[in-house]
Amino acid sequence: MSGTVKSFTAVLTGNPNCGKTTLFNALTGLRGKVGNYAGVTVERKEGAMLGAGPDHPIQLLDLPGTYSLSPQSLDEQIARDVLFQKLVDVPVPDVVILVVDASNLQRNLYYATQVIELGHPAILALNMMDVARTNGHEIDVEALSKALGIPVVPMVASSGEGLETLKRLIRDRAIQSRQPQLEEAPRPAIRSFLELPERFGAEAKGLIERFEQTLPDRKRLAAAEAILVLSDDKLLGANLNQYPASIRDAVTQARARLESAGVDWRSAAIEARYARVFAIQQHVTTETVTPGETFSDRLDRVLTHKFWGLALFVTIMALMFQTIFTVASIPMDAIEAGVEWLASQVGNWIGPGDLQDLLANGVIKGVGAVLVFLPQICLLFLFISLLEDTGYMARAAFLMDRFMSKVGLHGKSFIPMLSSFACAIPGIMATRTIETPKDRLVTILVAPLISCSARLPVYTILIAACIPDRRWLGVLGLPGITLLAMYLLGIVGALGMAWVFKKTLLRGDAPLLILELPPYKRPMLRVVLRHMWDRSSLFVRRAGTVILGINILLWFLATYPRSSERADDYERQRLQAAESAFTHLNSPAEFANQISRIRAQFSKADAPTNASPERALFEKLLALDLEESGSQLRESFAGRLGQWIEPSIRPLGFDWKIGIGIVASFAAREVFVSTMSVVYNIGSVDDSNDGAASLASVLQQERREDGSKVYTTLTGLTLMVFYVFALQCVSTIAVTRRETNSWKWPLLQWVYMTGLAWILAFAFYQSGRLLGFS
Amino acid sequence: MNDSQTLASLKPGTRGVVTEIRIPVEQRARLLEMGLLVGTIIELVRFAPMGDPVEIRVRGYNLSLRKHEAELVMVRQS
Repeated sequence: MSGTVKSFTAVLTGNPNCGKTTLFNALTGLRGKVGNYAGVTVERKEGAMLGAGPDHPIQLLDLPGTYSLSPQSLDEQIARDVLFQKLVDVPVPDVVILVVDASNLQRNLYYATQVIELGHPAILALNMMDVARTNGHEIDVEALSKALGIPVVPMVASSGEGLETLKRLIRDRAIQSRQPQLEEAPRPAIRSFLELPERFGAEAKGLIERFEQTLPDRKRLAAAEAILVLSDDKLLGANLNQYPASIRDAVTQARARLESAGVDWRSAAIEARYARVFAIQQHVTTETVTPGETFSDRLDRVLTHKFWGLALFVTIMALMFQTIFTVASIPMDAIEAGVEWLASQVGNWIGPGDLQDLLANGVIKGVGAVLVFLPQICLLFLFISLLEDTGYMARAAFLMDRFMSKVGLHGKSFIPMLSSFACAIPGIMATRTIETPKDRLVTILVAPLISCSARLPVYTILIAACIPDRRWLGVLGLPGITLLAMYLLGIVGALGMAWVFKKTLLRGDAPLLILELPPYKRPMLRVVLRHMWDRSSLFVRRAGTVILGINILLWFLATYPRSSERADDYERQRLQAAESAFTHLNSPAEFANQISRIRAQFSKADAPTNASPERALFEKLLALDLEESGSQLRESFAGRLGQWIEPSIRPLGFDWKIGIGIVASFAAREVFVSTMSVVYNIGSVDDSNDGAASLASVLQQERREDGSKVYTTLTGLTLMVFYVFALQCVSTIAVTRRETNSWKWPLLQWVYMTGLAWILAFAFYQSGRLLGFS
Repeated sequence: MNDSQTLASLKPGTRGVVTEIRIPVEQRARLLEMGLLVGTIIELVRFAPMGDPVEIRVRGYNLSLRKHEAELVMVRQS
């Protein structure tokens, strides 16, 4: 071979929960990349196989978990399309690795035999042999390989058992698949696992011929495809243009003939396949012990118990949020200190001026204010990855189904909603497992009402600024309760709106719930951490790009236009103040000297606080600073924008500075925090050396023109209520657009959520005032 | 002779053989593909804490269905 080395494509496919992703990680050494299939948001996991050798690089593609080749969801559709070579951006697989759970052989073989019938060079990775052994299933690997007509590798992906054998086989099969055929050896006949009932078989045969004639370039797939099309009534209906009219007519006629003969064309092929699969399973398996209760069964006795199951569920959720709030505070303090240090260092490196201001206040503090919440976000993703990888997530759906069915959804919608606690984007993407389009839409529409991790910074800062830190019994604190209340409000809002949508716009039958409850698994720390890392770094990348961009824009909006007149005016006022305090001096230069001396002296922590003419001058200077920055901000672009929307938010008790935060965080909620730090750094009382004052304490000191506190408990709570409901996230809008393939739904989502946010914040604030709070 | 009863009326821990599936044909394809066919032996494992859905064991694995569907699957206790 000469020229560039062409890489082989190997595809991993199998049922959900068969250990496919664990195997993928083992084969690629956790170095896989996650992307998307063109045009859809189905996760595309790819990576180079370790140890493939430089001569024969092998690119592995991990297909979404699939129960059958008759797809019921977008995920399954992608898997089928790759195997049917219908996706232009995915190369034809050189090898297909069928991952099969040895402890659940029948259902796994149902899918495996479907794929074998497609005639790709295939290898069967018989995974979870350890579980099968523990459960007393002895599997004759030779016999299975013979029955299926492909190599079978017994293995345990999580421990690496059988991994090297599988790798060698993948390599051999890949090379073999590209070998030029020396003799005109005909391709081995594709094995079929169907002994179809007579009438159905005859119709299928006719249809296969029709497929071969009409689609000659897909001849190899004709048999499998014809039977799938004949059996799956969704396939013709959904993709009318996928097949030429001659095929569509032939299928319709065949179905009609079968129906009049009393043959159920929907189930004939399924029954035939299961009959065969059952026979294979019986032939290759010996039961060594009578099946008893497995460890997983015993665990389920507790975890799905009428009382203990629910109690533990609530405890797990409570523990999750409590940990996120308390444990994370340790690294958060460190990050906060680091950002302050960096900002002050920049001040030393670069002389005062716009550039220093931009770097320190715009860039570093802005991004820092977001990064500071990274520990909390990491923890949240850690918990979610743990719930997924242990198998508890399916139990959560099982426990919550009744609850979700009250609003017309099923337990599967619970998982996207739970993911939305991390971020609505993976949450909305997780709706792809929901089969019914209407239910999927409802879930997409309400998922952003669940309080995501980006709201956490907003809640945290507002709670720190506005909620008194009262505690009872040592643990139960007002801040924690407030946080829980906000999360609950989001949950109630999401369920309520789901109910409304199911009753009105997206009326539909309750969908069938078919939920597998896989055995519990010990999570693999590396994999859980990898998940956490992938998801958290996605957040950081957003923090690093979108939010940085917005921060610079905001810094610009809050800094410009600059008026030299105003600067001169305030400088004159300062000098006048100094002049009246030091009547014995007479040159402006001396006044300026005195001003710097007094500033330096009284900014110190141990500065005298007793009344003195110098102290009075210092306070006068501070008041002037505040006035100047206030006036500067008011007249800046940002101030004008905030004031422009102020009339619409005044009924909610918000001022124009909050207005700036709301305007800026239309892009992403977490921007609110960094915006507030930009807004208040500029408007802060003291920027000499006491910059360590956190944003929360700056907010606490903030006063209205009449001297009353801006961030009262009521305002803080109202603002939180607003953030619970408002769709302040451009990324969510983009994902909804992509997932629904229309602008109609994201628009509706934005309008209803913003409307709800305003109305509820208004109701909350006004009733709070009526009850005598301020 | 044993009469048919619904899957939902089985007691946790008891088994039966599916005799008939009354779920409308357009909706049941996936259920069949999951291995729940006429003639399949199934065991009712438990009901969820709030009484719905039900967990069953079919072909060696655990599956959850709504009570409503479980009432449309007829079984003969074995």
